[in-house]
Amino acid sequence: MAEFLQFLISGLTVGAVYALVALGFTLIYNASGVVNFAQGEFVMLGGMVTVFVSAAGVPLPLAAVIAIGVAVAIGLLLHRFAIEPARGASAVTLIIITIGASILLRGLAAIVFDKQFHKLPAFTGDTPVDVLGAAVQPQSFWVLGGTAVVVLALYVFLEHTITGKAVLATAANRLAARLVGINTTTIMALAFGGSAAIGAIAGILVTPITLTSYDVGTLLALKGFAAAMLGGMGNPLGAVVGGLLLGLLEAFGAGYISSTYKDAFAFVVILIVLFAAPQGLFGRRVVERV
Amino acid sequence: MLEVRNLRSVYGRIEVLKGIDLDVQTGEIVALVGSNGAGKTTLLRALSGVQPITSGEIRFKGQRIDRLPPHKRVELGMTQSPEGRQVFGPLTVEDNLRLGAYRRRDKAIDQDRDRIFTMFPVLAEKRHLLAGGLSGGQQQMLAIGRALMGRPKLLLLDEPSLGLSPLLVDQILDAIVSLKKDGITVLLVEQNASAALAIADRGYVLETGKVAHCGAGSALLADPKIKAAYLGIA
Ligand SMILES: Nc1ncnc2c1ncn2[C@@H]1O[C@H](COP(=O)(O)OP(=O)(O)O)[C@@H](O)[C@H]1O
Ligand SMILES: [Mg+2]
Repeated sequence: MAEFLQFLISGLTVGAVYALVALGFTLIYNASGVVNFAQGEFVMLGGMVTVFVSAAGVPLPLAAVIAIGVAVAIGLLLHRFAIEPARGASAVTLIIITIGASILLRGLAAIVFDKQFHKLPAFTGDTPVDVLGAAVQPQSFWVLGGTAVVVLALYVFLEHTITGKAVLATAANRLAARLVGINTTTIMALAFGGSAAIGAIAGILVTPITLTSYDVGTLLALKGFAAAMLGGMGNPLGAVVGGLLLGLLEAFGAGYISSTYKDAFAFVVILIVLFAAPQGLFGRRVVERV
Repeated sequence: MLEVRNLRSVYGRIEVLKGIDLDVQTGEIVALVGSNGAGKTTLLRALSGVQPITSGEIRFKGQRIDRLPPHKRVELGMTQSPEGRQVFGPLTVEDNLRLGAYRRRDKAIDQDRDRIFTMFPVLAEKRHLLAGGLSGGQQQMLAIGRALMGRPKLLLLDEPSLGLSPLLVDQILDAIVSLKKDGITVLLVEQNASAALAIADRGYVLETGKVAHCGAGSALLADPKIKAAYLGIA
Protein backbone atom coordinates (compact mmCIF):
# COMPACT_ATOMS: atom_id res chain seq x y z
CA MET A 1 0.00 0.00 0.00
CA ALA A 2 2.74 2.43 1.00
CA GLU A 3 4.71 1.40 -2.07
CA PHE A 4 1.69 1.85 -4.33
CA LEU A 5 1.10 5.31 -2.85
CA GLN A 6 4.75 6.18 -3.33
CA PHE A 7 4.53 5.35 -7.04
CA LEU A 8 1.21 7.14 -7.32
CA ILE A 9 2.50 10.41 -5.91
CA SER A 10 5.77 10.37 -7.81
CA GLY A 11 3.80 9.51 -10.98
CA LEU A 12 1.43 12.42 -10.45
CA THR A 13 4.35 14.74 -9.76
CA VAL A 14 6.21 14.04 -13.02
CA GLY A 15 2.83 13.78 -14.72
CA ALA A 16 2.00 17.31 -13.62
CA VAL A 17 5.15 18.55 -15.34
CA TYR A 18 4.25 16.67 -18.53
CA ALA A 19 0.77 18.14 -18.24
CA LEU A 20 2.19 21.67 -18.17
CA VAL A 21 4.39 20.99 -21.19
CA ALA A 22 1.40 19.46 -22.98
CA LEU A 23 -0.69 22.54 -22.13
CA GLY A 24 2.00 24.70 -23.69
CA PHE A 25 1.78 22.61 -26.87
CA THR A 26 -2.01 22.86 -26.81
CA LEU A 27 -2.17 26.62 -26.42
CA ILE A 28 0.14 27.29 -29.37
CA TYR A 29 -1.41 24.56 -31.49
CA ASN A 30 -4.88 26.00 -30.92
CA ALA A 31 -3.96 29.57 -31.72
CA SER A 32 -1.76 28.86 -34.72
CA GLY A 33 -1.87 25.20 -35.79
CA VAL A 34 1.86 24.99 -35.03
CA VAL A 35 3.32 22.10 -33.03
CA ASN A 36 6.07 23.94 -31.16
CA PHE A 37 8.95 21.57 -30.49
CA ALA A 38 10.84 24.34 -28.69
CA GLN A 39 8.33 23.93 -25.85
CA GLY A 40 10.85 21.91 -23.78
CA GLU A 41 13.37 24.74 -24.02
CA PHE A 42 10.96 27.03 -22.16
CA VAL A 43 11.05 24.51 -19.30
CA MET A 44 14.84 24.45 -19.46
CA LEU A 45 14.98 28.26 -19.42
CA GLY A 46 12.70 28.42 -16.39
CA GLY A 47 15.04 26.20 -14.39
CA MET A 48 18.39 27.44 -15.73
CA VAL A 49 17.68 31.18 -15.49
CA THR A 50 16.37 30.75 -11.95
CA VAL A 51 19.51 28.78 -11.00
CA PHE A 52 21.93 31.35 -12.40
CA VAL A 53 20.06 34.47 -11.30
CA SER A 54 19.62 33.18 -7.76
CA ALA A 55 23.28 32.10 -7.70
CA ALA A 56 24.08 35.76 -8.41
CA GLY A 57 22.46 36.64 -5.10
CA VAL A 58 18.90 37.44 -6.16
CA PRO A 59 16.24 35.97 -3.82
CA LEU A 60 14.62 32.81 -5.21
CA PRO A 61 11.07 34.18 -5.78
CA LEU A 62 12.43 37.20 -7.68
CA ALA A 63 14.79 34.94 -9.67
CA ALA A 64 11.80 32.80 -10.63
CA VAL A 65 9.87 35.85 -11.85
CA ILE A 66 12.88 36.96 -13.90
CA ALA A 67 13.14 33.46 -15.40
CA ILE A 68 9.49 33.54 -16.43
CA GLY A 69 10.06 36.97 -17.95
CA VAL A 70 13.07 35.74 -19.94
CA ALA A 71 11.13 32.73 -21.23
CA VAL A 72 8.17 34.92 -22.25
CA ALA A 73 10.50 37.33 -24.06
CA ILE A 74 12.08 34.42 -25.95
CA GLY A 75 8.63 33.00 -26.74
CA LEU A 76 7.58 36.34 -28.23
CA LEU A 77 10.82 36.64 -30.21
CA LEU A 78 10.35 33.11 -31.53
CA HIS A 79 6.87 34.06 -32.76
CA ARG A 80 7.90 37.44 -34.16
CA PHE A 81 11.06 36.40 -36.00
CA ALA A 82 10.60 32.71 -36.81
CA ILE A 83 6.89 31.90 -36.99
CA GLU A 84 5.28 35.13 -38.19
CA PRO A 85 7.56 35.61 -41.24
CA ALA A 86 6.67 32.03 -42.31
CA ARG A 87 2.94 32.69 -42.14
CA GLY A 88 1.13 30.53 -44.65
CA ALA A 89 3.92 27.94 -44.83
CA SER A 90 3.02 24.26 -44.54
CA ALA A 91 2.69 22.52 -41.17
CA VAL A 92 5.88 20.53 -41.84
CA THR A 93 7.86 23.71 -42.55
CA LEU A 94 6.63 25.28 -39.32
CA ILE A 95 7.51 22.17 -37.30
CA ILE A 96 11.01 22.19 -38.77
CA ILE A 97 11.32 25.86 -37.83
CA THR A 98 10.44 25.09 -34.21
CA ILE A 99 12.88 22.15 -34.15
CA GLY A 100 15.55 24.54 -35.42
CA ALA A 101 14.63 27.06 -32.74
CA SER A 102 14.89 24.33 -30.13
CA ILE A 103 18.41 23.39 -31.26
CA LEU A 104 19.42 27.06 -31.34
CA LEU A 105 18.11 27.73 -27.82
CA ARG A 106 19.87 24.64 -26.48
CA GLY A 107 23.14 25.74 -28.09
CA LEU A 108 22.80 29.27 -26.71
CA ALA A 109 22.06 27.90 -23.25
CA ALA A 110 25.18 25.73 -23.38
CA ILE A 111 27.23 28.85 -24.18
CA VAL A 112 25.52 31.41 -21.94
CA PHE A 113 25.24 29.03 -18.99
CA ASP A 114 27.24 25.79 -19.12
CA LYS A 115 26.87 22.07 -19.69
CA GLN A 116 26.69 21.05 -16.02
CA PHE A 117 23.71 19.78 -14.07
CA HIS A 118 22.22 22.28 -11.63
CA LYS A 119 19.93 22.06 -8.66
CA LEU A 120 17.64 24.50 -6.94
CA PRO A 121 16.88 24.22 -3.22
CA ALA A 122 13.42 22.78 -2.48
CA PHE A 123 11.07 25.69 -1.74
CA THR A 124 10.16 24.48 1.73
CA GLY A 125 12.91 22.10 2.81
CA ASP A 126 13.77 18.48 2.12
CA THR A 127 12.20 16.73 5.10
CA PRO A 128 9.85 14.08 3.65
CA VAL A 129 6.23 14.23 4.69
CA ASP A 130 4.55 10.97 5.67
CA VAL A 131 1.38 10.35 3.63
CA LEU A 132 -0.23 7.07 4.79
CA GLY A 133 3.19 5.45 5.02
CA ALA A 134 4.65 6.92 1.83
CA ALA A 135 7.51 9.38 2.21
CA VAL A 136 6.73 12.40 0.01
CA GLN A 137 9.10 15.26 -0.80
CA PRO A 138 7.49 18.61 0.10
CA GLN A 139 8.48 19.86 -3.36
CA SER A 140 5.99 17.37 -4.83
CA PHE A 141 3.20 19.38 -3.25
CA TRP A 142 4.63 22.53 -4.82
CA VAL A 143 4.63 20.88 -8.24
CA LEU A 144 1.08 19.56 -7.87
CA GLY A 145 -0.26 22.77 -6.33
CA GLY A 146 1.53 24.97 -8.85
CA THR A 147 0.17 22.90 -11.72
CA ALA A 148 -3.34 23.12 -10.30
CA VAL A 149 -3.06 26.91 -10.08
CA VAL A 150 -1.79 27.19 -13.68
CA VAL A 151 -4.54 24.91 -15.00
CA LEU A 152 -7.21 26.83 -13.12
CA ALA A 153 -5.86 30.20 -14.26
CA LEU A 154 -5.79 29.02 -17.88
CA TYR A 155 -9.32 27.67 -17.57
CA VAL A 156 -10.64 30.96 -16.19
CA PHE A 157 -8.78 32.88 -18.92
CA LEU A 158 -10.13 30.75 -21.77
CA GLU A 159 -13.70 30.34 -20.56
CA HIS A 160 -14.40 33.59 -18.76
CA THR A 161 -12.51 36.41 -20.49
CA ILE A 162 -13.24 37.87 -23.89
CA THR A 163 -9.57 37.60 -24.89
CA GLY A 164 -9.59 33.93 -23.89
CA LYS A 165 -12.68 33.37 -26.01
CA ALA A 166 -10.89 35.10 -28.87
CA VAL A 167 -8.15 32.46 -28.53
CA LEU A 168 -10.77 29.69 -28.75
CA ALA A 169 -12.46 31.46 -31.68
CA THR A 170 -9.14 31.74 -33.52
CA ALA A 171 -8.53 28.04 -32.95
CA ALA A 172 -12.02 27.16 -34.20
CA ASN A 173 -12.08 29.33 -37.33
CA ARG A 174 -9.27 31.72 -38.17
CA LEU A 175 -11.08 33.37 -41.10
CA ALA A 176 -14.20 34.09 -39.05
CA ALA A 177 -12.02 35.33 -36.20
CA ARG A 178 -10.39 37.88 -38.49
CA LEU A 179 -13.78 38.92 -39.86
CA VAL A 180 -15.12 39.77 -36.39
CA GLY A 181 -12.06 41.92 -35.81
CA ILE A 182 -9.81 39.62 -33.80
CA ASN A 183 -6.18 40.45 -34.53
CA THR A 184 -5.04 36.86 -34.95
CA THR A 185 -1.36 37.87 -35.01
CA THR A 186 -1.74 39.28 -31.49
CA ILE A 187 -3.56 36.13 -30.40
CA MET A 188 -0.68 34.02 -31.69
CA ALA A 189 1.87 36.18 -29.89
CA LEU A 190 -0.20 35.81 -26.74
CA ALA A 191 -0.20 32.03 -27.15
CA PHE A 192 3.58 31.89 -27.58
CA GLY A 193 4.12 34.17 -24.57
CA GLY A 194 1.63 32.21 -22.46
CA SER A 195 3.10 28.85 -23.43
CA ALA A 196 6.58 30.09 -22.60
CA ALA A 197 5.39 31.23 -19.16
CA ILE A 198 3.69 27.89 -18.48
CA GLY A 199 6.83 26.00 -19.56
CA ALA A 200 9.08 28.17 -17.40
CA ILE A 201 6.84 27.67 -14.37
CA ALA A 202 7.07 23.90 -14.89
CA GLY A 203 10.88 24.17 -15.04
CA ILE A 204 11.07 26.23 -11.86
CA LEU A 205 8.77 23.89 -9.92
CA VAL A 206 10.49 20.65 -10.93
CA THR A 207 14.18 21.62 -10.89
CA PRO A 208 14.54 21.01 -7.11
CA ILE A 209 13.46 17.38 -7.76
CA THR A 210 14.97 16.46 -11.13
CA LEU A 211 17.92 18.85 -11.60
CA THR A 212 18.29 20.81 -14.82
CA SER A 213 20.81 21.39 -17.57
CA TYR A 214 20.94 23.04 -20.98
CA ASP A 215 19.51 19.96 -22.73
CA VAL A 216 16.65 18.80 -20.48
CA GLY A 217 14.16 20.30 -22.93
CA THR A 218 14.46 17.62 -25.61
CA LEU A 219 13.09 14.73 -23.62
CA LEU A 220 10.50 16.91 -21.89
CA ALA A 221 9.19 18.14 -25.23
CA LEU A 222 8.78 14.55 -26.43
CA LYS A 223 7.04 13.52 -23.21
CA GLY A 224 4.79 16.57 -23.32
CA PHE A 225 4.02 15.89 -26.98
CA ALA A 226 3.14 12.28 -26.14
CA ALA A 227 0.87 13.54 -23.35
CA ALA A 228 -0.82 16.03 -25.67
CA MET A 229 -1.34 13.33 -28.31
CA LEU A 230 -2.69 10.93 -25.71
CA GLY A 231 -5.23 13.51 -24.53
CA GLY A 232 -6.06 14.64 -28.08
CA MET A 233 -3.97 17.44 -29.61
CA GLY A 234 -5.64 20.80 -29.09
CA ASN A 235 -7.72 19.84 -26.09
CA PRO A 236 -6.57 21.55 -22.84
CA LEU A 237 -8.36 19.08 -20.57
CA GLY A 238 -6.90 16.22 -22.62
CA ALA A 239 -3.42 17.69 -22.18
CA VAL A 240 -3.73 17.64 -18.40
CA VAL A 241 -5.20 14.14 -18.23
CA GLY A 242 -2.69 12.88 -20.83
CA GLY A 243 0.21 14.32 -18.82
CA LEU A 244 -0.93 12.79 -15.55
CA LEU A 245 -1.58 9.40 -17.19
CA LEU A 246 1.84 9.36 -18.81
CA GLY A 247 3.47 10.24 -15.48
CA LEU A 248 1.59 7.43 -13.74
CA LEU A 249 2.44 4.99 -16.50
CA GLU A 250 6.12 5.81 -16.14
CA ALA A 251 6.12 5.62 -12.36
CA PHE A 252 4.25 2.32 -12.13
CA GLY A 253 6.11 0.89 -15.10
CA ALA A 254 9.44 1.79 -13.53
CA GLY A 255 8.29 0.55 -10.12
CA TYR A 256 6.70 -2.75 -11.06
CA ILE A 257 8.41 -3.62 -14.36
CA SER A 258 11.79 -2.00 -14.82
CA SER A 259 13.16 1.50 -14.49
CA THR A 260 15.53 0.84 -17.41
CA TYR A 261 12.69 1.41 -19.86
CA LYS A 262 11.09 4.38 -18.09
CA ASP A 263 11.63 6.81 -20.96
CA ALA A 264 10.45 4.29 -23.52
CA PHE A 265 6.87 4.43 -22.24
CA ALA A 266 6.31 7.86 -23.77
CA PHE A 267 7.34 6.58 -27.20
CA VAL A 268 5.20 3.50 -26.88
CA VAL A 269 2.29 5.80 -26.03
CA ILE A 270 2.94 7.98 -29.09
CA LEU A 271 3.01 4.92 -31.34
CA ILE A 272 -0.12 3.35 -29.87
CA VAL A 273 -2.03 6.62 -30.11
CA LEU A 274 -0.90 7.21 -33.69
CA PHE A 275 -1.95 3.74 -34.78
CA ALA A 276 -5.01 3.07 -32.67
CA ALA A 277 -6.61 6.43 -31.87
CA PRO A 278 -5.13 9.44 -33.68
CA GLN A 279 -7.83 11.62 -32.09
CA GLY A 280 -6.49 10.85 -28.62
CA LEU A 281 -8.68 10.12 -25.61
CA PHE A 282 -10.73 13.30 -25.81
CA GLY A 283 -10.37 14.32 -29.44
CA ARG A 284 -10.32 17.93 -30.51
CA ARG A 285 -12.78 20.35 -29.08
CA VAL A 286 -14.67 20.56 -32.33
CA VAL A 287 -18.37 20.35 -32.88
CA GLU A 288 -19.07 21.01 -36.49
CA ARG A 289 -22.10 20.34 -38.56
CA VAL A 290 -21.79 20.98 -42.24
CA MET B 1 -20.20 55.00 -48.10
CA LEU B 2 -18.09 52.62 -50.19
CA GLU B 3 -16.12 53.34 -53.36
CA VAL B 4 -14.16 50.61 -55.11
CA ARG B 5 -11.90 51.55 -58.01
CA ASN B 6 -10.13 49.20 -60.40
CA LEU B 7 -9.77 46.48 -57.80
CA ARG B 8 -7.67 43.48 -58.79
CA SER B 9 -6.91 40.27 -56.95
CA VAL B 10 -5.26 36.96 -57.81
CA TYR B 11 -5.11 33.38 -56.60
CA GLY B 12 -1.60 32.32 -57.53
CA ARG B 13 -1.27 33.23 -61.19
CA ILE B 14 -4.98 33.40 -61.93
CA GLU B 15 -6.54 36.85 -61.82
CA VAL B 16 -9.96 36.55 -60.23
CA LEU B 17 -10.90 40.23 -59.87
CA LYS B 18 -10.03 42.08 -63.05
CA GLY B 19 -10.55 45.72 -62.21
CA ILE B 20 -13.79 46.10 -60.29
CA ASP B 21 -15.53 49.50 -59.95
CA LEU B 22 -18.39 49.59 -57.50
CA ASP B 23 -20.15 52.15 -55.31
CA VAL B 24 -22.49 51.80 -52.39
CA GLN B 25 -24.34 54.90 -51.18
CA THR B 26 -25.31 55.40 -47.55
CA GLY B 27 -28.64 53.74 -46.76
CA GLU B 28 -28.79 51.55 -49.85
CA ILE B 29 -29.20 47.83 -50.27
CA VAL B 30 -26.92 46.90 -53.16
CA ALA B 31 -27.14 43.41 -54.62
CA LEU B 32 -24.10 41.76 -56.17
CA VAL B 33 -25.13 38.84 -58.36
CA GLY B 34 -23.45 36.61 -60.88
CA SER B 35 -22.88 32.97 -61.59
CA ASN B 36 -20.82 30.62 -59.47
CA GLY B 37 -17.11 31.46 -59.66
CA ALA B 38 -17.63 35.05 -60.88
CA GLY B 39 -15.58 36.43 -57.98
CA LYS B 40 -18.28 37.68 -55.59
CA THR B 41 -16.83 36.03 -52.50
CA THR B 42 -13.33 37.11 -53.43
CA LEU B 43 -14.54 40.71 -53.75
CA LEU B 44 -16.19 40.69 -50.30
CA ARG B 45 -13.08 39.12 -48.78
CA ALA B 46 -10.93 41.80 -50.38
CA LEU B 47 -13.23 44.47 -48.94
CA SER B 48 -12.84 42.99 -45.46
CA GLY B 49 -9.08 42.69 -45.86
CA VAL B 50 -8.77 38.91 -45.63
CA GLN B 51 -7.92 38.54 -49.34
CA PRO B 52 -4.84 40.37 -50.66
CA ILE B 53 -5.32 42.75 -53.59
CA THR B 54 -2.77 43.45 -56.31
CA SER B 55 -3.97 46.93 -57.21
CA GLY B 56 -6.87 49.32 -56.91
CA GLU B 57 -8.46 51.44 -54.22
CA ILE B 58 -11.09 50.91 -51.59
CA ARG B 59 -12.57 53.92 -49.83
CA PHE B 60 -14.91 53.61 -46.90
CA LYS B 61 -16.62 56.74 -45.56
CA GLY B 62 -14.16 58.73 -47.67
CA GLN B 63 -11.08 57.06 -46.15
CA ARG B 64 -8.64 54.75 -47.98
CA ILE B 65 -8.86 51.38 -46.24
CA ASP B 66 -7.19 49.03 -48.71
CA ARG B 67 -4.03 48.83 -46.60
CA LEU B 68 -5.72 48.49 -43.24
CA PRO B 69 -5.74 45.11 -41.50
CA PRO B 70 -9.16 43.42 -41.14
CA HIS B 71 -9.70 44.43 -37.51
CA LYS B 72 -9.29 48.12 -38.35
CA ARG B 73 -11.96 47.82 -41.00
CA VAL B 74 -14.30 46.24 -38.46
CA GLU B 75 -13.56 49.13 -36.11
CA LEU B 76 -14.46 51.63 -38.82
CA GLY B 77 -17.86 49.95 -39.19
CA MET B 78 -17.64 47.32 -41.93
CA THR B 79 -18.52 43.76 -40.91
CA GLN B 80 -19.19 40.62 -42.87
CA SER B 81 -21.29 37.49 -42.61
CA PRO B 82 -19.14 35.15 -44.72
CA GLU B 83 -20.14 32.52 -47.24
CA GLY B 84 -20.78 29.18 -45.61
CA ARG B 85 -21.68 30.82 -42.28
CA GLN B 86 -18.36 30.02 -40.55
CA VAL B 87 -19.70 30.19 -37.01
CA PHE B 88 -17.40 29.35 -34.10
CA GLY B 89 -18.63 25.74 -33.74
CA PRO B 90 -17.14 24.85 -30.34
CA LEU B 91 -18.44 28.06 -28.74
CA THR B 92 -21.97 28.83 -27.56
CA VAL B 93 -24.46 30.94 -29.49
CA GLU B 94 -24.05 33.67 -26.90
CA ASP B 95 -20.25 33.61 -27.14
CA ASN B 96 -20.46 33.80 -30.94
CA LEU B 97 -22.56 36.96 -30.63
CA ARG B 98 -20.30 38.42 -27.95
CA LEU B 99 -17.28 37.87 -30.21
CA GLY B 100 -19.08 39.77 -32.96
CA ALA B 101 -18.70 42.78 -30.67
CA TYR B 102 -15.02 41.99 -30.02
CA ARG B 103 -13.76 45.44 -31.04
CA ARG B 104 -16.43 47.35 -29.17
CA ARG B 105 -15.77 48.87 -25.77
CA ASP B 106 -19.18 50.43 -25.14
CA LYS B 107 -21.80 49.35 -22.62
CA ALA B 108 -24.63 48.51 -25.03
CA ILE B 109 -23.33 45.08 -26.07
CA ASP B 110 -25.86 43.08 -24.02
CA GLN B 111 -28.66 45.31 -25.24
CA ASP B 112 -27.67 44.71 -28.87
CA ARG B 113 -27.50 40.98 -28.22
CA ASP B 114 -31.06 41.08 -26.93
CA ARG B 115 -32.13 42.87 -30.11
CA ILE B 116 -30.59 40.04 -32.16
CA PHE B 117 -32.57 37.60 -30.00
CA THR B 118 -35.75 39.55 -30.77
CA MET B 119 -34.92 39.48 -34.46
CA PHE B 120 -34.14 35.71 -34.43
CA PRO B 121 -36.02 34.23 -31.45
CA VAL B 122 -34.72 30.71 -32.15
CA LEU B 123 -31.23 31.93 -31.24
CA ALA B 124 -32.49 33.06 -27.85
CA GLU B 125 -33.81 29.56 -27.19
CA LYS B 126 -30.45 28.06 -28.07
CA ARG B 127 -28.25 30.73 -26.53
CA HIS B 128 -26.34 28.29 -24.30
CA LEU B 129 -25.89 25.59 -26.95
CA LEU B 130 -22.80 25.14 -29.10
CA ALA B 131 -23.07 26.90 -32.46
CA GLY B 132 -21.74 23.83 -34.27
CA GLY B 133 -24.86 21.90 -33.31
CA LEU B 134 -27.33 24.37 -34.86
CA SER B 135 -29.13 23.69 -38.13
CA GLY B 136 -27.92 25.42 -41.30
CA GLY B 137 -30.62 28.09 -41.12
CA GLN B 138 -29.92 28.78 -37.46
CA GLN B 139 -26.19 29.06 -38.16
CA GLN B 140 -26.99 31.54 -40.92
CA MET B 141 -29.01 33.68 -38.52
CA LEU B 142 -26.16 33.46 -36.04
CA ALA B 143 -23.61 34.53 -38.64
CA ILE B 144 -25.75 37.56 -39.55
CA GLY B 145 -26.37 38.33 -35.90
CA ARG B 146 -22.66 38.09 -35.17
CA ALA B 147 -21.88 40.53 -37.97
CA LEU B 148 -24.56 42.91 -36.64
CA MET B 149 -23.03 42.78 -33.15
CA GLY B 150 -20.13 44.80 -34.57
CA ARG B 151 -22.58 47.71 -35.06
CA PRO B 152 -21.74 48.04 -38.76
CA LYS B 153 -22.42 51.07 -40.91
CA LEU B 154 -21.92 48.74 -43.88
CA LEU B 155 -22.88 45.09 -43.64
CA LEU B 156 -21.46 42.63 -46.19
CA LEU B 157 -23.59 39.50 -46.61
CA ASP B 158 -22.26 36.58 -48.64
CA GLU B 159 -25.00 34.19 -49.81
CA PRO B 160 -27.18 34.39 -46.70
CA SER B 161 -29.87 32.24 -48.32
CA LEU B 162 -27.60 29.41 -49.50
CA GLY B 163 -29.04 26.00 -48.68
CA LEU B 164 -32.06 27.33 -46.79
CA SER B 165 -35.70 26.38 -47.20
CA PRO B 166 -37.89 28.94 -49.04
CA LEU B 167 -39.57 29.88 -45.77
CA LEU B 168 -36.23 30.66 -44.13
CA VAL B 169 -35.05 32.54 -47.21
CA ASP B 170 -38.06 34.85 -46.87
CA GLN B 171 -37.34 35.34 -43.19
CA ILE B 172 -33.70 36.27 -43.90
CA LEU B 173 -34.68 38.65 -46.72
CA ASP B 174 -37.25 40.34 -44.45
CA ALA B 175 -34.54 40.75 -41.84
CA ILE B 176 -32.27 42.41 -44.41
CA VAL B 177 -34.99 44.85 -45.43
CA SER B 178 -35.59 45.71 -41.77
CA LEU B 179 -31.86 46.45 -41.37
CA LYS B 180 -32.19 49.14 -43.99
CA LYS B 181 -34.87 50.78 -41.85
CA ASP B 182 -32.38 50.78 -38.96
CA GLY B 183 -30.01 52.79 -41.12
CA ILE B 184 -27.59 49.99 -41.98
CA THR B 185 -26.21 49.96 -45.51
CA VAL B 186 -26.07 46.48 -47.03
CA LEU B 187 -23.98 44.91 -49.79
CA LEU B 188 -25.73 41.63 -50.50
CA VAL B 189 -24.14 38.83 -52.51
CA GLU B 190 -26.61 36.27 -53.80
CA GLN B 191 -26.86 33.46 -56.30
CA ASN B 192 -30.59 33.74 -55.80
CA ALA B 193 -30.44 36.80 -58.07
CA SER B 194 -34.13 37.54 -58.53
CA ALA B 195 -34.81 37.56 -54.79
CA ALA B 196 -31.78 39.78 -54.13
CA LEU B 197 -32.56 42.27 -56.92
CA ALA B 198 -36.18 42.46 -55.78
CA ILE B 199 -35.19 43.93 -52.41
CA ALA B 200 -32.18 45.90 -53.68
CA ASP B 201 -32.04 49.59 -54.59
CA ARG B 202 -29.30 48.89 -57.08
CA GLY B 203 -27.52 45.87 -58.38
CA TYR B 204 -24.26 44.82 -59.99
CA VAL B 205 -23.85 41.76 -62.17
CA LEU B 206 -20.37 40.25 -61.95
CA GLU B 207 -19.06 38.11 -64.78
CA THR B 208 -15.65 36.37 -64.52
CA GLY B 209 -14.11 39.08 -62.38
CA LYS B 210 -15.62 42.12 -64.12
CA VAL B 211 -18.75 44.18 -63.66
CA ALA B 212 -20.92 43.24 -66.64
CA HIS B 213 -24.05 45.25 -65.80
CA CYS B 214 -25.19 47.66 -63.16
CA GLY B 215 -28.31 49.65 -62.51
CA ALA B 216 -31.46 49.91 -60.43
CA GLY B 217 -32.57 46.56 -59.00
CA SER B 218 -35.90 46.72 -60.78
CA ALA B 219 -34.27 47.66 -64.10
CA LEU B 220 -31.88 44.70 -63.93
CA LEU B 221 -34.78 42.43 -63.04
CA ALA B 222 -36.67 43.62 -66.10
CA ASP B 223 -33.73 43.41 -68.53
CA PRO B 224 -34.36 40.46 -70.87
CA LYS B 225 -30.65 39.72 -71.37
CA ILE B 226 -30.06 39.49 -67.64
CA LYS B 227 -33.19 37.48 -67.17
CA ALA B 228 -31.95 34.95 -69.65
CA ALA B 229 -28.39 34.78 -68.33
CA TYR B 230 -28.83 34.96 -64.57
CA LEU B 231 -32.39 34.60 -63.50
CA GLY B 232 -33.12 31.39 -65.30
CA ILE B 233 -36.13 32.96 -66.96
CA ALA B 234 -36.28 32.80 -70.74
N1 LIG C 1 -8.79 29.61 -52.41
C1 LIG C 1 -8.82 29.66 -53.75
N2 LIG C 1 -7.73 29.28 -54.47
C2 LIG C 1 -7.74 29.32 -55.82
N3 LIG C 1 -8.78 29.74 -56.54
C3 LIG C 1 -9.89 30.12 -55.91
C4 LIG C 1 -9.97 30.10 -54.48
N4 LIG C 1 -11.19 30.55 -54.09
C5 LIG C 1 -11.84 30.82 -55.25
N5 LIG C 1 -11.06 30.58 -56.33
C6 LIG C 1 -11.45 30.80 -57.73
O1 LIG C 1 -11.72 32.17 -57.89
C7 LIG C 1 -12.84 32.35 -58.70
C8 LIG C 1 -13.86 33.20 -57.97
O2 LIG C 1 -14.33 32.52 -56.84
P1 LIG C 1 -15.37 33.15 -55.83
O3 LIG C 1 -14.92 34.51 -55.46
O4 LIG C 1 -15.57 32.17 -54.73
O5 LIG C 1 -16.69 33.24 -56.74
P2 LIG C 1 -18.20 33.38 -56.33
O6 LIG C 1 -18.28 33.76 -54.89
O7 LIG C 1 -18.73 34.44 -57.24
O8 LIG C 1 -18.83 32.05 -56.59
C9 LIG C 1 -13.35 30.98 -59.06
O9 LIG C 1 -12.89 30.67 -60.35
C10 LIG C 1 -12.74 30.08 -58.05
O10 LIG C 1 -12.48 28.81 -58.61
MG1 LIG D 1 -19.18 32.82 -53.39
